[in-house]
Amino acid sequence: MSDTSTNPRYAPGTHPDLPPPVRTTGIVGWIRANLLSSPLNVALTLLSIWFLWTILPPSIHWLFTGAIWTAVDRKECWALMDAPRDAACWAFIRGSFELFVYGWYPEPERWRVNLTFILFIAAIVGGLRENIPGKKYWLIFAAAYPFIAAWLLLGGFGLEPVGTNKLGGILLTLVVAVTGIAFSLPLGIALALGRRSNLPALRGVCVIFIEFIRGVPLITLLFVASTMLTYFLPPGSTFDLLMRVLIMVTLFASAYIAEVVRGGLQGLSSGQYEAADSLGLSYWKAHRLVILPQALKISIPGIVNTFIGSFKDSTLVLIIGMMDILGLGRARLNDPEWLGLAPELYIFISLFFFISCFSMSRYSLSLEKKLHTGH
Amino acid sequence: MQPTPSTSNPLLRLWRNQESRGVIIQIITMAVVFALLAAIARNVVINLEAVGKEFSFGFLLWPAAYDIGFSPFLEYTNKSTHLRAGVVGLLNTLLIAFWGCILATLVGFILGIMRLSSNWLVSKISYVYVEFMRNVPILIHILAIYALVVTLLPPAKKALNVGADAFFLSNRGFYVPSPVFEGGATIVGVVLLISIALVYFFKRWARRVQDDTGKIYPVLWISLGILVALPGLAFIATGMPISWDVPVLKGFNFKGGMAIKPEFLALWLALSLYTACFIAEIVRAGILAVSHGQTEAAFALGLRPNRTLQLIIIPQALRIIIPPLCSQYLNLTKNSSLAIAIGYMDITATLGGISLMQTGKEMETMLIVMGVYLVISLLISSFMNWFNHRIKLTER
Repeated sequence: MSDTSTNPRYAPGTHPDLPPPVRTTGIVGWIRANLLSSPLNVALTLLSIWFLWTILPPSIHWLFTGAIWTAVDRKECWALMDAPRDAACWAFIRGSFELFVYGWYPEPERWRVNLTFILFIAAIVGGLRENIPGKKYWLIFAAAYPFIAAWLLLGGFGLEPVGTNKLGGILLTLVVAVTGIAFSLPLGIALALGRRSNLPALRGVCVIFIEFIRGVPLITLLFVASTMLTYFLPPGSTFDLLMRVLIMVTLFASAYIAEVVRGGLQGLSSGQYEAADSLGLSYWKAHRLVILPQALKISIPGIVNTFIGSFKDSTLVLIIGMMDILGLGRARLNDPEWLGLAPELYIFISLFFFISCFSMSRYSLSLEKKLHTGH
Repeated sequence: MQPTPSTSNPLLRLWRNQESRGVIIQIITMAVVFALLAAIARNVVINLEAVGKEFSFGFLLWPAAYDIGFSPFLEYTNKSTHLRAGVVGLLNTLLIAFWGCILATLVGFILGIMRLSSNWLVSKISYVYVEFMRNVPILIHILAIYALVVTLLPPAKKALNVGADAFFLSNRGFYVPSPVFEGGATIVGVVLLISIALVYFFKRWARRVQDDTGKIYPVLWISLGILVALPGLAFIATGMPISWDVPVLKGFNFKGGMAIKPEFLALWLALSLYTACFIAEIVRAGILAVSHGQTEAAFALGLRPNRTLQLIIIPQALRIIIPPLCSQYLNLTKNSSLAIAIGYMDITATLGGISLMQTGKEMETMLIVMGVYLVISLLISSFMNWFNHRIKLTER
């Protein structure tokens, strides 16, 4: 109180604004508001810090600081550590990295795989970027990409043919996932339109198909593909296992896409349909110009979620004996040089899927925000 | 402008008419579908004949000749039939689905509420965990947790004593005491059923009183009291007929008690921790979707915060949460078919796996397995529709 006497006196209403109290702004204020706002919160903060304190330092030691990055086998790895099995032996992943990426794709032809990866990125960026010059051609390229990739990977027409049994690792995972994603979208939209049709027979067929696929686990469909699909085909015709799996994965994803798109179609106000009708547009024109652009926009989050699901589901092919990244990695675990390095392998594969799926979901969020035209 | 002259071709005129065009499209659709089905059926008949198989379900009564390590409900030996193996598998599927749904709901609600916490650290821990877990395929979770259980846990001889010399964790499984029922146990069971019925009627009565007069009884505590006290009294009165069979280490393995197999443990944890992340997001969205005005209105009426939560927020949030929750249960049940990857004997692994390989009856076994999953899906989704209809907001 003694300070007030030394301060100059202000007329009422002319005192300059004081800075806010230290305790409510800046780092201190933030900590008080977000970590220490009540006794319960203080307790929770302490508990969380204790939890992180017990989890983080050993994890960082295991993953990074104590980890061994170059070695010829696990014995050397363990010799280099303070205590055997004390930290991660990333030398295992580094040593098998090429196998994990390319599978058994013949060495001299690997440039084709690299080109496929580069074109894949180009197709994605070109197809998704809004303001890119020549947008129309990029879209055509993106639509044609699966066929270009198939030609590049499998050969024929001037390229050395490579059998589908040579595909493996991340390459196979991407082949299964991207095929499923690329072909399930048009099929799913068609199924959704069929389900919304007012022709009972057409609707019935679509409903039965969608509900059947959604009612059974993917693994049973893959069993069908691997054991009995050949019975369905004319006698004598053989069908590549990868091809059969791709068909099943596509059908599976399309049923889920169909439900998402149906949600989008239902979310549209009936005024849109009526307006299109009153303009005299035919069914196809109305859908192409008015209905689908809006319905698909609403369903983008759901579609991307289905894509993420189908990307993750591609690991299931391991159960019918195909060597995707997970199957190949597990086979590599039996290698006597790298016996028992399961934690390293699973962390590596988890990280691969996490990065892919997390970036897809972030992209969907940003797209949702950009396309949001409501209030 | 001159109107376009209608064409004289009757077929084209039929096509131009909307109604008749609809009929034509449907006829074509059905024709294509039936032609496809007929072609498939014909191919199947020819192909089966070519490899000398016939389509029949008679194999279900053949002896299965393989062992199932985990059959808690039914007696099963390798002399039992394929049908019995299938039923054991189905029961195992239902068992993992049941326990998985319970743990997933529990963890999911905790994670969802943590995510909404005003404490920054708690909310971020939940966020990081949820985002990591749900962006990694369930199959990796299953395999990784199984590998952890089998390689990191000690052998039975050095089992970890988790608590009270009665719970042991080893790579052969999790050993827990099992209850032993004696003569009077049925009376305790009957009393338990009666007290559950009592709680049900008490709840309905309390609800009616609340609706009529606004007086609120402490339903939870009274219900818990009834549930604990009555069976407890019966338990003491009949001379404590239930005792615990505690697992004891004998030689290289445990005797007595109940063993939760590592396959079950790994599958259970993986399925529920994975599904819990999706449930957490559902719970968070559901609670956030209840408009803030509702809370403010409740406060304005003078309700205390926990009453607001109990009477205003939770009932409205549940209406949003329950339908997607049911479809997560359905997903969990379907994902349990991945049990085959670690050798937990569910229906996909018994009937769709080993029985298929042994009998060569791909067609029949897959039909049964798919049929079973379809029935489970239809049951869950019809329950969901019924429930949705019941809790639907009555708009006036």
